[in-house]
Order: sequence, then structure tokens, then C-alpha cells
Amino acid sequence: MSALLEVAGLHVRFGEVAAVRGASLVVARGETHCLVGESGCGKSVTALAVMGLLARGARRAAERLAFAGQDLRDLSDRAMSRLRGDRMAMIFQEPMTSLNPSYTIGSQMTEVLRRHRPGATRAQAVDRAVELLGRVGITAPGMRLGQYPHQLSGGLRQRVMIAMALMCEPELLIADEPTTALDVTVQAQILRLLAGLQRDLGLAILLITHDLGIVARVAHRVSVMYAGEVVESAPTAALFAAPRHPYTRGLLSCVPVPGKVRRDQPLGSIPGVVPRIPPGFAGCAFRDRCAHARAECSGDVPRRAAGPEHEFLCTLAPDWARAEPVAA
Amino acid sequence: MARFLLRRLVVALLVAATVMTVSFLLTRLSGDLAISIAGPNATQEDVDLIRRAYGLDRPLWVQYLDWMGRALTGDFGESYFFKDRVSNLIAERLPVTVSLGLVGLGIALAVGPPLGIVAAVRENTWVDRAVMLVALIGQAMPSFWLGLILMIVLGLNLGWLPISGTGSWEHYVMPGIVLSFSAIPSLMRLTRSGMIDALASDYIRTARAKGLSRLSILVKHGFRNAAIPVVSIAAVQLGFMLGGSIVIETVFALHGVGFLAWESISKNDFPVVQAVVLVLALIYVGLTLLADLLNAVLDPRLRTA
Repeated sequence: MSALLEVAGLHVRFGEVAAVRGASLVVARGETHCLVGESGCGKSVTALAVMGLLARGARRAAERLAFAGQDLRDLSDRAMSRLRGDRMAMIFQEPMTSLNPSYTIGSQMTEVLRRHRPGATRAQAVDRAVELLGRVGITAPGMRLGQYPHQLSGGLRQRVMIAMALMCEPELLIADEPTTALDVTVQAQILRLLAGLQRDLGLAILLITHDLGIVARVAHRVSVMYAGEVVESAPTAALFAAPRHPYTRGLLSCVPVPGKVRRDQPLGSIPGVVPRIPPGFAGCAFRDRCAHARAECSGDVPRRAAGPEHEFLCTLAPDWARAEPVAA
Repeated sequence: MARFLLRRLVVALLVAATVMTVSFLLTRLSGDLAISIAGPNATQEDVDLIRRAYGLDRPLWVQYLDWMGRALTGDFGESYFFKDRVSNLIAERLPVTVSLGLVGLGIALAVGPPLGIVAAVRENTWVDRAVMLVALIGQAMPSFWLGLILMIVLGLNLGWLPISGTGSWEHYVMPGIVLSFSAIPSLMRLTRSGMIDALASDYIRTARAKGLSRLSILVKHGFRNAAIPVVSIAAVQLGFMLGGSIVIETVFALHGVGFLAWESISKNDFPVVQAVVLVLALIYVGLTLLADLLNAVLDPRLRTA
């Protein structure tokens, strides 16, 4: 699989606050890559940094930030806006407020195609919008085009957002907690939809979530983020079978896995909260909450390989956990 | 939607009826009309004659109902000073005032919202502060003073524009500028705060994620939503301008309704005063209704609710 999105050593600062500290991530063409972590760990900021959508005042730096081999670091705002919505698209956590209340669904969908495909006629844009609304499972798509966002439910609006993101057949779709604001039944429908689109269209999806249940269901690959760093990255099966980073193990022990966790066994929890990282901080950011913290954890933390395409960021040796099952 | 408008219409009619009553009562409160019409050298016989001639000897409620009844048919009586039907006087003067108001509103709309957008885009920078300062100065400046300054600079020193009268479109430029100053600050502030809210919204983030051009993001997606309150305030501001043009029409000797009001107040020409107050109030009520209507047109959530 060839790399579509490559991020290495990404830093994002908002004034004195370091939101992302050297995060690295590779999304291959056609894969569903989940980025997981607690609130405030820098998942969304990483996604916004990739899209070039950070708020004014945020400072971005990276050793590598490339999309389809093209370096995004020195791309002008104008050049980035040509990529966004065309080859890379993004949907958000808030379907209720992410559509403009003053324009119809049709107007908001067709303007994407007309922006990026100047040769497309109005009729072609409308046809494409109708086709995609049907594709994301919306009934009577022709009628929906004339409706306003407030006339649709949250689940429908998120489907519209997805359809809108697909207008120009992007290679990468970044979905930032797309189901968090939705009912559980609707969540499942949206996830099935995303998985189906990924399969049928060969789309790469970077799915940001804090829900490990979602990860287990849809991800090919998982990156675990903690305090602005990607601390572990692995194929989904390998990560669930043999997590290496103590934080990943802590996260997994917090969710019940049928057949793995006994009925009377208490679920795990990670003591403490995500720390605010002061400027000039060195060493492992998890060490204050880690049961395996040692003196070396204050120094440089090595990136270790634990298997094919399985890396983690820790002072512990790759085989340290063999004797210790998860949720012990 | 229809019920919403019907409710607004009923409120507008009630306001109009109240204004009619108040304008009637205020002219009666300002003293004995017969004495002031007759003038300082009049004899008691003259005053009694005038009182009978204008029907001021009748009980107040009879006068009130009589005036109301006639006003409803468009008959506002006769001006004793101009010796003409009041309706003729107003019909003659109203186009001048409405033109002035539209010129003032046009200038205000050309200046206020664009400045507000610039200030919002450059929020908390020197540009923003400079724009806000200009708004503050504009709001604090008395209109008659600004009018006189413009007359001296543009009219006398530079000789670009006529300083008074009603002859051509050029006569409307200076008063229009002065009038617009009363509306620019509020239109600008409202646009600025609306744009700041809009630009921080999720749908603007979506518009950026779609790769739309900067212009489309700011104007099509941002201003379209920020404009909803601005448009309705602009309609109400036009009402303020028409009513407030009395000072400016006097300064520039523009023979509009405001000038007519000033003349008839100073002459205690009560039929004219009552009618002018009523007409301006009705226009104001109408514009408020128009503002509600525009709101409903612009905001799809109101339209289909």
C-alpha cells in the first residue's frame, strides 16, 4: 500500500500551549485509519493542521507533511484551498451546525463541484448531488436538494455532509468524530455507510474518535494519541491483540470486550488526567500516570518496533508485556 | 408565517391608532390654540372668532373623533398658515424627504456594512480599532454641526456642491451624507458583531473545508447570515432618518416634510403638525413591518416555521 498522507514531527502551538508535539502518522491509500485518544489530546488539531484549517494565531511546523507526495508545508492558502474539498475532504462532529442555515442543501453541495471543476455545468453538479445523496442513503434526493438544513435531522445532516465531501471524489476523507453527536442507532448507520464508501470508492479515511468500539469495527490501522504525540500505531488486529504502550493498554482495559472480560471483573481506569504540557517539556508525557514509569522516562523516549508496521513510543522493551495480559 | 405577519399587522394598526391619539393630544397640550393662532395683538373677539372657525370651542372628544374620522379618509383639514389643504402640503413635500432618506440610507449601506466586514475580518487589530473609533466619532457628532462643516468645506471653500435649496440631485448629496452618519455606526457595529459570530461558526469551517474562495467564504457564507439583522435594522433606520430629517432639512433649507414640520410648529399650525407626526409615524410603522417581512424572506428558518 502506498502512503497517501504522511505526517512526521508535526507541532502545533497556540501561543504558549503546545497542542500537538511531534505527532507522526501515515495514512495509506484506501485504508481506514483511526486516530484515537482522550479529549484534548490533539486529535482534532492534527486533522485541522493537515487540512490547513487551523485558527489564525496557531503556529504549525512539521518535519514532513505530504499529501500524495506533495509537500503541504509551504503551500499557499490559495493552493491549499484548491486541494480542500477536491482531493481531501473533511466532515465534523457537529452535523447540526456545520451546514449554512441560509442555503439549500443543493446550493451547498453543488458549489463544491462548481468551485473545483470550473467546466462543470449546473445540471452536472445537480446530477452529481442527487447521485451522492442517493449513495449515502437519503430517500427522495431530488426533493432534498431544495430543503434547508433546519428541515433535516442530525443523522440526515451528517449524511448530507458526507455526500458533500464526496462531490469531487476525494482521495482522503477526514472524519472528526462524525458520530459523537448522533443517536446510537444512527451512529451505527453512519459507520456502516463510511465503511461501505471506503470499500466501494477506494477512499482513504482518517477517522478521529475516542470510541474503541468504533475502532474495532471499522479500522484497518490505529494510531493512539496522547498529549500531542502518537504513542502507538499498528494494524488494528495487532493493536488489540498485543498493545505495547502502557497508555494503549490502559485505554483497552477501560472497555469491556465480550468474551475477554469476565462478568464480575471490574473495568480498568487510568488514574489522573491528561496533563497540560509546559513549554520545554522533555521525556514521556504519560510517565506521571504510568505504573511502569522509570528514571529513563524523563529523558528522550525511543520509537520502538514491535512487529510489522507496529511502532510505539516508550522506554520499555517491545516484549515487556508478554507476561502481562491486558486488563490485569 | 401568515399568522406571524397577521399578528405584526394588528400590532402596527394599534401603534398607528395610539400615535394618532398622542399627536392630537400633544397639540392641545401646548396651550390655547386659538390664542396662539390669533397672535399677540389680537382682541378677545378675534380669538373667539378663530376658536369658532376652527371648531376649537367644541368638547375635546368631539374634536378628537371629528379629526380621527376625517384623517381616516385622508382629510387632514386645512393649514391656516399656508392656506392650503394639509394633504396637498404633505404630498408636495413628502417626495423630497423620502428622496433624502433614500440617499442617506444608500450612503449608509455603502459605507457601514463594508466597514463592519473589514473590522470583523481584522478583529482586534489596529484596523478594527480605527474603524470602531470612526464609528464612535460619527455617533457623537451633532448632525447640524456636521452639516455646517460640510457646507463650509464642500460648498463654500471647494464650491463642489450647492449649500441649500431643493433644485437638483446635487442638493441631496450633503444632507444625505449628514443623514447617513446617524445610521452608519449602528449598521457598522451590527455587521461587525454579526460577522465575528458568523466567522467563528461551524458552517464557515465547513465552507473553508470545501476549499471555497475567500470572497465566497466571507460574503456568500459569512455576510449572508450576518446581514439578516442588518437588513431589518436598516429598514428601521430609514424610519428614524425620515423622522429625524427635521434638523437636516432645516439646516439645508430642503423643503421636505421635516422643514414643513419645523415651520408649522413655529407657527403653531396644529392641523399640519398633527398630520406630519401621523404620516411619519405611519411610515415608521410600515417600515418596521417591512423589516419583519425582510427578516422572514432572508431567514429560511422563519419562512418555513
